[in-house]
Amino acid sequence: MISIQNVSKWYGDFQVLGDCTTQVQKGEVVVVCGPSGSGKSTLIKCVNSLEPFQQGDIVVDGTSLADPKTDLPKLRARVGMVFQHFELFPHLTVTENLTLAQVKVLGRGKAEATEKGLALLERVGLKAHAHKHPGQLSGGQQQRVAIARALAMDPVVMLFDEPTSALDPEMVNEVLDVMVQLAQEGMTMMCVTHEMGFARKVANRVIFMDRGSIVEDCAKEEFFGDVSARSERARQFLAKILQH
Amino acid sequence: MDFSSIPAALPALWDGLQTTLQLLVLGVLGGVLLGTLLAMMRLAHNRLVANLAALYVNYFRSIPLLLVITWFYFAVPFALREITGEDTPVGAFASCLVAFVMFEAAYFCEIVRAGIQAIPKGQMSAAQALGMTYGQSMRLIVLPQAFRKMTPLLLQQSIILFQDTSLVYSVGLIDFLNAARSRGDIVGQPHEFLIVAGLVYFVVSFAASQLVKRLQKRLAV
Amino acid sequence: MDYNWDWGVFFRSTGIGEEIYLDWFVAGLGWTVAVALAGWIVALLLGSLLGVLRTLPNRWLSGLATLYVDLFRNVPLLVQLFLWYFLVPDLLPEPLELWFKQDLSPATSAYLSVVVCLGLFTAARVCEQVRTGIQALPRGQTAAALALGLRTGQVYRQVLLPQAFRIIIPPLTSEFLNIFKNSSVASLIGLMELLAQTKQTAEFSAHLFEAFTLATLIYFTLNMSLMLFMRWVEKKVAVPGLLAAGGK
Repeated sequence: MISIQNVSKWYGDFQVLGDCTTQVQKGEVVVVCGPSGSGKSTLIKCVNSLEPFQQGDIVVDGTSLADPKTDLPKLRARVGMVFQHFELFPHLTVTENLTLAQVKVLGRGKAEATEKGLALLERVGLKAHAHKHPGQLSGGQQQRVAIARALAMDPVVMLFDEPTSALDPEMVNEVLDVMVQLAQEGMTMMCVTHEMGFARKVANRVIFMDRGSIVEDCAKEEFFGDVSARSERARQFLAKILQH
Repeated sequence: MDFSSIPAALPALWDGLQTTLQLLVLGVLGGVLLGTLLAMMRLAHNRLVANLAALYVNYFRSIPLLLVITWFYFAVPFALREITGEDTPVGAFASCLVAFVMFEAAYFCEIVRAGIQAIPKGQMSAAQALGMTYGQSMRLIVLPQAFRKMTPLLLQQSIILFQDTSLVYSVGLIDFLNAARSRGDIVGQPHEFLIVAGLVYFVVSFAASQLVKRLQKRLAV
Repeated sequence: MDYNWDWGVFFRSTGIGEEIYLDWFVAGLGWTVAVALAGWIVALLLGSLLGVLRTLPNRWLSGLATLYVDLFRNVPLLVQLFLWYFLVPDLLPEPLELWFKQDLSPATSAYLSVVVCLGLFTAARVCEQVRTGIQALPRGQTAAALALGLRTGQVYRQVLLPQAFRIIIPPLTSEFLNIFKNSSVASLIGLMELLAQTKQTAEFSAHLFEAFTLATLIYFTLNMSLMLFMRWVEKKVAVPGLLAAGGK
């Protein structure tokens, strides 16, 4: 579904991604973790070309991003993305947030889009808030709306960029629950997150990044299994993260 | 386009520019002085004083500068006659200067007020705790800090005033623009002189605003 | 005080036809509003376009908009007006030049010049406000809109501009008020707007103070009403938690 091939990226002289290569199969859930500044958010933003890269290629569902002829908006419409700070559109109601791209990008009718949006809203347990503006919702509620917004586009893959790290602790689980449910339904997912509980529960593979490179890329069982087989940096990271 | 008669007109243009610059410098000085006074009044505890200053500011900010210039051109000689009891001939320069000072003071007042309010209240308390009076604390502690912070804004407003001085054209004062216009008419090349005038205004204000931008960056650090 | 106050002057005949002085003020106010509103439409459209250009990653387009702003902000309004009124018609192709100078009435040609002048002058200011408004939005908003598959034009129309305009209503209001005040320069190219009518009344009636007091009151009232109107607009389009919801 996603094939990342030798991707490198620089900001001026500073290399933020170095020769990253990995694959995500259809139906697979891959968790990307690593210390801050390790390039994990940058990498996931490369997958829908929100961040350009200078070397290598990423192929999403058969479409090459390095190909200048690729219609990026069309590709992005098939890739769902959930952001750290939700990024709902504050001037639109919850329903309008869910229907805007369906109507403007997919060309769906307003009634059809609304029906779809409301069904998804019900699924994330927020149907009662349909008429509200994002500013009137809690962080956890906003993030659930954001997930519904991405799902409304019928994406072939979902990208999560630290979806719970801007949330108050008591709201983390309501968002994770939705993500777990999605994973169990067979959605292809690539998640940047520090939530190792989530990784243990539903991930197929775990990727560990540090200083712009992929240091570990292995099955979940292997990653959490024999800690002594992990790289020094991954061990330090895990020790820090599992302390709390 | 034929710019050959510009060099010969330079002395006349320079005379006009001097008038413009005099208006600018005196207008800024007077405006800041009166503006600071108004700002202190607006921040005064006495409601009547504060409201009077607010009325002054709102009044001048809601009418066009050109109206003020025109009105004062007629009214200042009249008012002087009322006060002194005799005909005191004042030129357009004096009436324009009064107009600029009074008009700009309203704008400077708001800049100074915001500047004073940006200084933490603790500064005033600390100064008074040292035994200073309100006036001393304001003069020695608060205002010096406030003026440092608002220098860029005061300069920006001065650049606007520099451009606005051209409005004295309306009462026939020979400032830079008027000098260029009348010279252009005399030699029959109004377009060329107008373009040169625009260019000079542009160069001066553009250079000045670039300097202010730099200053702003330096102060921000 | 030996000045002879007479507020009845406005209802006295001007000596021209059936007109009383108040009619002049009404006509003047009409021109002032007509100039300001037409100029504002130009300023808002062009200024928004320039403001968007300034936020685009394309260096040529944003540079072009920057050049425009620098040029139009650093030449005095009156000089710009003279350029539009005296110089530009001479540069037009001959049929247009003749049309402007001979077919149009003096009032119409002055009106066109001052509307273009004020529109372009104010556009530079509107541009800066729009740019500031867009840049005040969390960067993630653009990313989120792009991630949904919206194209650049849609991102601006659907997501960025509706938010930016809400944020900048206060500074935009002050530009809106400014264009009314600035329209008084039209009196210097012979358009009989409010200030010109005031001057004329002062000269004809010899009641200088009454004329200017009335003009002041009209400008003051106009200013206040427009401000209240814009506050009403601001409330009307307000959205709960606008900036807070976009991100932290």
